[in-house]
Amino acid sequence: MHDKTLTQVAAALASGEVSSRELTAHYLKRIEQTNSELNSFISVTSEQALQQADQADQARASGNAGLLTGVPLALKDIFCTQGVKTSCGSKMLDNFIAPYDAHVVEKLKAAGCVSLGKTNMDEFAMGSSNENSFYGAVKNPWDTTAVPGGSSGGSAAAVAAGITPAALGTDTGGSIRQPAAFCGITGLKPTYGRVSRYGMIAYASSLDQAGPMARSAEDCAHLLNVIAGQDLRDSTSVARGVPDYTDTLNAPLSGLKIGLPKEYFGDGLDPDVEKAVREAVKVYESLGATVKDVSLPHTHFAIPAYYVIAPAEASSNLSRFDGVRFGHRCDDPQDLMDLYKRSRAEGFGDEVKRRILIGTHTLSEGFFDAYYTKAQQVRRLIRQDFLDAFEDVDVLMGPASPTPAFDLGAKKDPVSMYLQDIYTIAVNLAGIPGISVPAGMVGRRPVGLQILGTHFAEAQLLNVAHQFQQATDWHQQRPTFAEEKA
Amino acid sequence: MEWETVIGLEVHVQLATKSKIFSGASTAFGAEPNSQACAVDLGLPGILPVVNEQAVAMAVQFGLAVHADIPEVSVFDRKNYFYPDLPKGYQTSQMYHPIVGPGSIDVTLDDHSTRKIRIHHAHLEEDAGKSLHEDFHGMTGIDLNRAGTPLLEIVSEPDMRSAKEAAAYLKAIHSIVTYLGISDGNMAEGSMRCDVNVSVRPKGQESFGTRAEVKNVNSFRFVERAIAFEVERQIELIEDGGKVVQETRLYDPERDETRSMRTKEEANDYRYFPCPDLLPVVLDQAYVDHLREQLPELPADKRERFQNALGLSAYDAHVLSASRAMADYFEEAKDVCGDAKQAANWVQGELSGALNRENLSIEQSPINARQLGELLARVIDDTINGKAAKQVFQALWNNQGASADEIIEAKGLKQVTDSGAIEAMIDQVIADSPAQVAQYCDAEPDKRGKMIGYFVGQVMKASRGTANPQQVNTLLKEKLDAKL
Repeated sequence: MHDKTLTQVAAALASGEVSSRELTAHYLKRIEQTNSELNSFISVTSEQALQQADQADQARASGNAGLLTGVPLALKDIFCTQGVKTSCGSKMLDNFIAPYDAHVVEKLKAAGCVSLGKTNMDEFAMGSSNENSFYGAVKNPWDTTAVPGGSSGGSAAAVAAGITPAALGTDTGGSIRQPAAFCGITGLKPTYGRVSRYGMIAYASSLDQAGPMARSAEDCAHLLNVIAGQDLRDSTSVARGVPDYTDTLNAPLSGLKIGLPKEYFGDGLDPDVEKAVREAVKVYESLGATVKDVSLPHTHFAIPAYYVIAPAEASSNLSRFDGVRFGHRCDDPQDLMDLYKRSRAEGFGDEVKRRILIGTHTLSEGFFDAYYTKAQQVRRLIRQDFLDAFEDVDVLMGPASPTPAFDLGAKKDPVSMYLQDIYTIAVNLAGIPGISVPAGMVGRRPVGLQILGTHFAEAQLLNVAHQFQQATDWHQQRPTFAEEKA
Repeated sequence: MEWETVIGLEVHVQLATKSKIFSGASTAFGAEPNSQACAVDLGLPGILPVVNEQAVAMAVQFGLAVHADIPEVSVFDRKNYFYPDLPKGYQTSQMYHPIVGPGSIDVTLDDHSTRKIRIHHAHLEEDAGKSLHEDFHGMTGIDLNRAGTPLLEIVSEPDMRSAKEAAAYLKAIHSIVTYLGISDGNMAEGSMRCDVNVSVRPKGQESFGTRAEVKNVNSFRFVERAIAFEVERQIELIEDGGKVVQETRLYDPERDETRSMRTKEEANDYRYFPCPDLLPVVLDQAYVDHLREQLPELPADKRERFQNALGLSAYDAHVLSASRAMADYFEEAKDVCGDAKQAANWVQGELSGALNRENLSIEQSPINARQLGELLARVIDDTINGKAAKQVFQALWNNQGASADEIIEAKGLKQVTDSGAIEAMIDQVIADSPAQVAQYCDAEPDKRGKMIGYFVGQVMKASRGTANPQQVNTLLKEKLDAKL
């Protein structure tokens, strides 16, 4: 059963082959069996999940079921869930129980989905390896000596290991696409503003975007159908109709114009990863697509610009964690300053502190123009690069990450870690959508093909990804870990 | 040395929106602590702000009222600092692109001359909560009811040269915002408070002296006094060879002095940057024009109309237009009685006097404008005389009747204009006062005019004040002169 895709699970529920309670109990058992090793969940909400499953079964019995009614899934612990701990991977919020559901959680509940629990993540979504979680690192189910990628590593690992049919993640600089690539699953970062950020704990507000992580593009399309759309509680969510993303999955690709940005195939790219990506592109050619080399000339500014803008916003967004109203508070504060200093010193991990310091510095008087204003100018150039490229081609393709998953503990230097996101970050700066699909293996570690489209081109990206998955079986490969635990 | 004072004001006006600037929580004053703070106001994780359109409209209306530029795009910025009553760790404000650009207002001084004070800009921002130090032993309580209340901060140019000008400017702002109905202007409840920037320089010097900022002054009187204190302090300091330091000070009304709060060195670096949770506010011309059409008549226009169209004196026009409530009252009374001069006299005289005695605002007047207008109509059409009118006024004030007519009827105050009846009363008085008649006849002709007063008084008394005084005068004179 845990080999099934979300779409297959939904079909099994619809045919009556299995009940939601059976499914839910099955996945809860999978979590129990694997979590001590993979550490992909922070909270497991068994009781609530079974209740939701029963409700779903009742709804189905009375003919009120939708496509996803009774489907179990998991939520990155960045999404606030009413009555359940939402830690954001941080000691700071180890005691935080939100009194509300995030917009996407409301939407999933309304669709009848069952939430198994909250998945592990880099603290406040800061990281590329999931080693920055207060709850410990997540392991890659393909190779438990490797990282699953970050920051949505818990969600990616859980989907890859067949612990949940699908999960939600968030992507600020690649945090859906890179772990999807490392774990051999499909992960979509929608256009900025396509999915409401309400109830999603902010890291860098102008870059954060929630999206689906699943076994296939088709699964992602089903989930995006549920979570996309304007929410009046998020001023940055866009008023724009939501198409049925499954409608166009089977559109033929003949005539599709693919651009290969030369900046995504340069120094630092693992030759095996490059080979897998180029093989994938050939598959597209065989499906009737044409390929063209393009350039995104400001790509090399993306990481510096990101590490100015994201920490600047983070330093401000994380100010509310001050020990006054909620979250961690130090014991016996001597005075207000002591309360602030110790609560924050104790509550935040090193990477979070590092980014707060960077952000505080770049926004401070005398540095603001040199850093923040300049980074925003660069951001506009990067966005323009993409818009110019999409004048000539329909989609861009390249690797999601320069290497396959690296070993746990391998990257000690923050900057070498930051460079992991070299192919994903520009996408967030530009606000365009991107998807990573499994496209090969390097040894026991998967490779992700990244496909980018212009703003609101999710339907096209899902179509392009789905057609690849119809022609190849990389997405059907399973880590041996899953089999061992079966 | 002769010194010149330079003053600039930052006025914080609490906008009278129903809900907060970025949340749906109520803004009503005086509720139980933390009963009007929702997840947005508490700064809970994941919660996002949504701009209250009413606050935007109110800010634009203010801008239009002070002839300011309304930029097409304005942007909310975050002002970052830590304080327990600042839930998010930043205040959402507007630093780089405020909603209201440069404008100006004409301020009327005590001698009725006017001065133009330039407004640098006005921006929208959210208020913080309140720290409660008294109620918890050794601890501080936080009330976030006020957090997120919309404020319009109006920043003047350093155009004022005296405490009186500053107070007059503040009054003019007060008058405009209450006219627009965008604030209740209640300074005691903190709906309007201001920061005062004061510096001094030798007369004739172009460059400004170092300024001190006095924070959170919350009455017209305190503004004058805080400035007076600061000016004296700064001049003394300089004349004693010292230097004014740039600092933030606090005015203590009880001791009537300002005290240092923090110097420039201790000041926060607010790390302003555009709030990524809010899109820029884009105002199209049609929207601004629509708001312009809805503007009420403003104090300056009203003053001019009162003078030119209604023929009031400059003084009357100024007093009657100072507050919208006063102006509205006057205009209704005038419309009901049909005589602007009469209405102006009564509103400023009898009515204002009575209100002052009982310390009531015009909104609290026991006599409404319609009632006063109906009373004045009876004076104008000679139904009652001025003396009876005052009796009627008093009776209305004491709630002894719903209308002037009722009271006139009940008290029999209708003026007697029947000359037969008046003649009869006069004859009686003359018959009852032989000594006075003799005196009158013996007096020098130029003294007689004064002596007639006695007889008028007696006749009025006999008529219980209802006789028409002009008629009484004329007829008395005729009858007495006939005795000569």
